[in-house]
Amino acid sequence: MSALLSLNNIWVEYGDKVVLERVSLEIAAGSFVSIIGPSGAGKSSLLRIILGQETPTRGSILLDGIPLKPECGPDRGVVFQRYSVFPHLSVLGNTLFGLECAQAPFTARLFGARRRAAMQEAENMLAAVGLGDSLHLYPAQMSGGMQQRLAIAQALIKRPRILLLDEPFGALDPGIKADMHALITRLWTDYALTVVMVTHDIREAFTLGTRVLTLDKRRHDPHAPHRFGATAVYDLPLTKRISPPKEKDKSITLDDICNN
Amino acid sequence: MRWVNRRIGRGNSILLGALPILLLALVYLVAAAGRHAANPSDKILPLPSGMAEAMAALLFQPDPLSGTLIFWADTFASLQRLGLGLGVSTLSALLVGLLLGVLPPVRATFGPLVTGIAVIPPIALLPILFIAFGLGETSKVMLIFIGIAPFMIRDVAAHITALPREQIAKAQTLGASSWQLMLRVALPQAMPRLIQAVRLSLGPAWVFLISAEAIASDIGLGYRIFLVRRYLSMDIILPYVAWIALLAIVIDLMLSWTSRRLFPWAHGANH
Repeated sequence: MSALLSLNNIWVEYGDKVVLERVSLEIAAGSFVSIIGPSGAGKSSLLRIILGQETPTRGSILLDGIPLKPECGPDRGVVFQRYSVFPHLSVLGNTLFGLECAQAPFTARLFGARRRAAMQEAENMLAAVGLGDSLHLYPAQMSGGMQQRLAIAQALIKRPRILLLDEPFGALDPGIKADMHALITRLWTDYALTVVMVTHDIREAFTLGTRVLTLDKRRHDPHAPHRFGATAVYDLPLTKRISPPKEKDKSITLDDICNN
Repeated sequence: MRWVNRRIGRGNSILLGALPILLLALVYLVAAAGRHAANPSDKILPLPSGMAEAMAALLFQPDPLSGTLIFWADTFASLQRLGLGLGVSTLSALLVGLLLGVLPPVRATFGPLVTGIAVIPPIALLPILFIAFGLGETSKVMLIFIGIAPFMIRDVAAHITALPREQIAKAQTLGASSWQLMLRVALPQAMPRLIQAVRLSLGPAWVFLISAEAIASDIGLGYRIFLVRRYLSMDIILPYVAWIALLAIVIDLMLSWTSRRLFPWAHGANH
């Protein structure tokens, strides 16, 4: 397997506070990387750097061997814990947005046959995440689980090279979390995704991931705790893949499209 | 039951809301009747009959000098100035606010200027406006514009700047350019806030309108009030003030209704 994303000697410093130091990683295409670590270990910083929202102080990031531009782009999809969807657009509008941006640079809106084609694609994508019956709802009318499903559909319709998840299921209750785990595993297989997920749920990290990275500080100066940054202290490839979650027989959700 | 937990039903809330207004009217009537009992030609607290008589002349009889129905001509002139001032302010707030809010270089360049203009008391600029634009309509509209536009611009810009960073990042991962982000993400989310800013600016806009009309004008609601003050004509001033209040309430309700109608997603989950 070739390295899709490689980070070379990444450092992140805010003033004299070192957040990440000497992070070097190779992420293979098709892998599902879970990143865990204590609070403040720079998990989210690392994700924001891959996303392009932040620039590393030192080091370089290559995607397919090409240095990443220091801004977000359509080759990297993202789902945040919150605020991932646009409150002023319906479910369909949220999903269409990515297609409209690509196909209509000036108006960012599609009309006629192209709109119908885009709507068809968006509807298929929404059906795949279980939102096929909620096309015209607004995010404020939906539960947290449904909003995260929408955020995933919105990201996947752009066919990103790599999907970044920043504690995507952290705010959901356990039953819905299990449904979402099944969903993301299915999408990961179906769409041959490469996923990097930050989580503070260790079980989730090991259930979903093919590789688990632990970020923590190797060195610690008690008089200046901010002087040393975190790095990948454990890098565990999980050879044993759990069998794909079997079709659930008993579920908390009320209907079979998981409209939780 | 604690007072903080008392819920007032719709019918009771109308009743309670009307109570102080009716009480105030009653107190006025008693005071006016008292003064008229002592002096039948009292001008300070006119009775409703006196107000109706004075207003009837302005409402229904053409002015012998200009041939217009004065009350309606005043209303039309004032609303036109107010509408123009609010319109120009709203448009520039949307445009400038959007640019300031979305594009950091524009914000860095023009933010301090807008803040600087916003802290100048607009009335202090009135002489400059009179000198620059003459005593006609332009200077009055400009006073309203200078009075409320900076506040509205800053409000809209601040609202856009405060959009979650996650949302802006998400839009870019979906391929949005700066322009597309402005058009499809920032603009629609700025609209309800813009209407909110117009509603908040209505009060100051009326203040600037009445001030401009009081200082240099020959028509308008503010002009009339200040004109008849010379004759202690409370029987005209009071109905005019009530009319201005009514107009302001109607405009405010219209804006609020428009916002709910056009942007239901911005007004709570139950839409």
